[in-house]
Amino acid sequence: MRKVYLDNAATTPLLPEVREAMMPFLSEVFGNPSSLHDWGDTARQAVDAAREQVAELIGANAEELIFTGSGTESNNFAIKGLALAQQSKGKHVVVSAIEHFSVLHSAKTLEKWGFEITEVPVDKYGVVNPDDVRKSVRKDTVLISVMHANGEVGNIEPIKEIAGIAKEAKVVFHTDAIATAGTIPVDVKELGVDALSLAGNQFYGPKGVGALWVRRGVRIIPLLDGGVQEGGRRAGTENVPAIVGLGKAAELAKANMPARIKQLTPLRDRLLKELPASIEHVIVTGHPQNRLPGHASFCVQFIEGESMLMFLNMEGIAVSSGSACTSRALKASHVLIAMGISHELAQGSLLCTFGLDSTGEDVDYMVKVLPPIVDRLRQMSPLYSKFIKASKGGK
Amino acid sequence: MPVYSEKVMDHFMHPRNVGEIENADGIGEEGNPVCGDMMTFYIKVKDNRLEDVKFKTFGCGAAIAVSSMVSEMAKGKTLDEALKITPASVAEELQGLPKNKYHCSNLGAQALHKAIEDYLSKQKAQGDKKA
Repeated sequence: MRKVYLDNAATTPLLPEVREAMMPFLSEVFGNPSSLHDWGDTARQAVDAAREQVAELIGANAEELIFTGSGTESNNFAIKGLALAQQSKGKHVVVSAIEHFSVLHSAKTLEKWGFEITEVPVDKYGVVNPDDVRKSVRKDTVLISVMHANGEVGNIEPIKEIAGIAKEAKVVFHTDAIATAGTIPVDVKELGVDALSLAGNQFYGPKGVGALWVRRGVRIIPLLDGGVQEGGRRAGTENVPAIVGLGKAAELAKANMPARIKQLTPLRDRLLKELPASIEHVIVTGHPQNRLPGHASFCVQFIEGESMLMFLNMEGIAVSSGSACTSRALKASHVLIAMGISHELAQGSLLCTFGLDSTGEDVDYMVKVLPPIVDRLRQMSPLYSKFIKASKGGK
Repeated sequence: MPVYSEKVMDHFMHPRNVGEIENADGIGEEGNPVCGDMMTFYIKVKDNRLEDVKFKTFGCGAAIAVSSMVSEMAKGKTLDEALKITPASVAEELQGLPKNKYHCSNLGAQALHKAIEDYLSKQKAQGDKKA
């Protein structure tokens, strides 16, 4: 059976070159980077080299980069660490309504610690209006966090404008660039941000490793106390193989970015056009153009995402959904709801994300396989029969 | 994918009794799209027995399998017997359901009971009219 992986937003596969770079650190090069002998030196040099590679990817200084255990940790660290470091100045934090849960739930924790949180709304495409951020800033605002792009609906946010507002207001600005770093150009100076999160498994690096960049001079309170690894900001023996892999993935992403974007964008555009053309009552979610290169997201009306996913999986296709049933929390995607999409429509959410292994034939296959699945589920759907009866009645 | 039993997968892939009954004797609806699952049951009653049971379901794999199983369990039963079908007995027949699916998706028995109640209240109304 044909196997088509269209879930690169969940994780990209590991590139063979990245795996090769990691291999020595899973065997003979096992030293602890903190140790004062040759074993330690070799490991430390590898970590330093990876730091340079990742810094290069985002136009940062290597010493401003902190390796973490995941994108989620980077976001937790940023939201809690940057807010706590400034609590004598104020206890108000601004986030967007469509942030990842690692940001939103960190903000909830801050609330329990006595902070106040303002959630900035988004428009129907999931885009934040910078003016709304401006209006939400108060005298006691100490942190603003808006993601660079949303992994669920693919839209890219006006980070440069929002960073300008934060700078004017002298408020620290963090962006979650987990969906963008390594995928589209990300330059911390160009964006004008103070802190930025990224994760390895979003651009063909390993899982279990991320990084948080914090501009020099911006204070942050560590989440983990212990030794003086990562400049004392993130204690714990470094995950050397994963860090080396992240470095290699960053180097490859930087070198091949234009070619990758050129490969992914036409696949995305074809699916965004052909799926709604071949199935009735399908809408594209997120911004039609200003979105991540490999990212196509939809809502299929009258049916539920999990059953769609299960049938697609039987046909060898891997995709995601933001429906309540597919979430462990059994709640429809907060992103789609924030965009004003009804619960009913959000249940039919379908997310297809292309990667370097994707081809035009994958698009053909998806466009061929999905319509009969949708049809089958709609024949079973009471919402669809109500719709059909109502539209007949109207004529 | 959620971990579903073979029985659930069988009923999900080959659901029994999907559809609507024209001039059904009773119709019952349970759930709503906010929680993710919604089921409508249609029944035809003859001599106090469920002569036919059909359903339409909007929902996840578990919801579809539950509806199918309920329809199969209920068909041919007397109304009293059908009213004894419970979410627990449905789950058992399906060789179990994942924990997080138990409450949101296991609405088939309730939908069926509503259809029976609908039938009974119509009967009563007719009886009242005749009297």
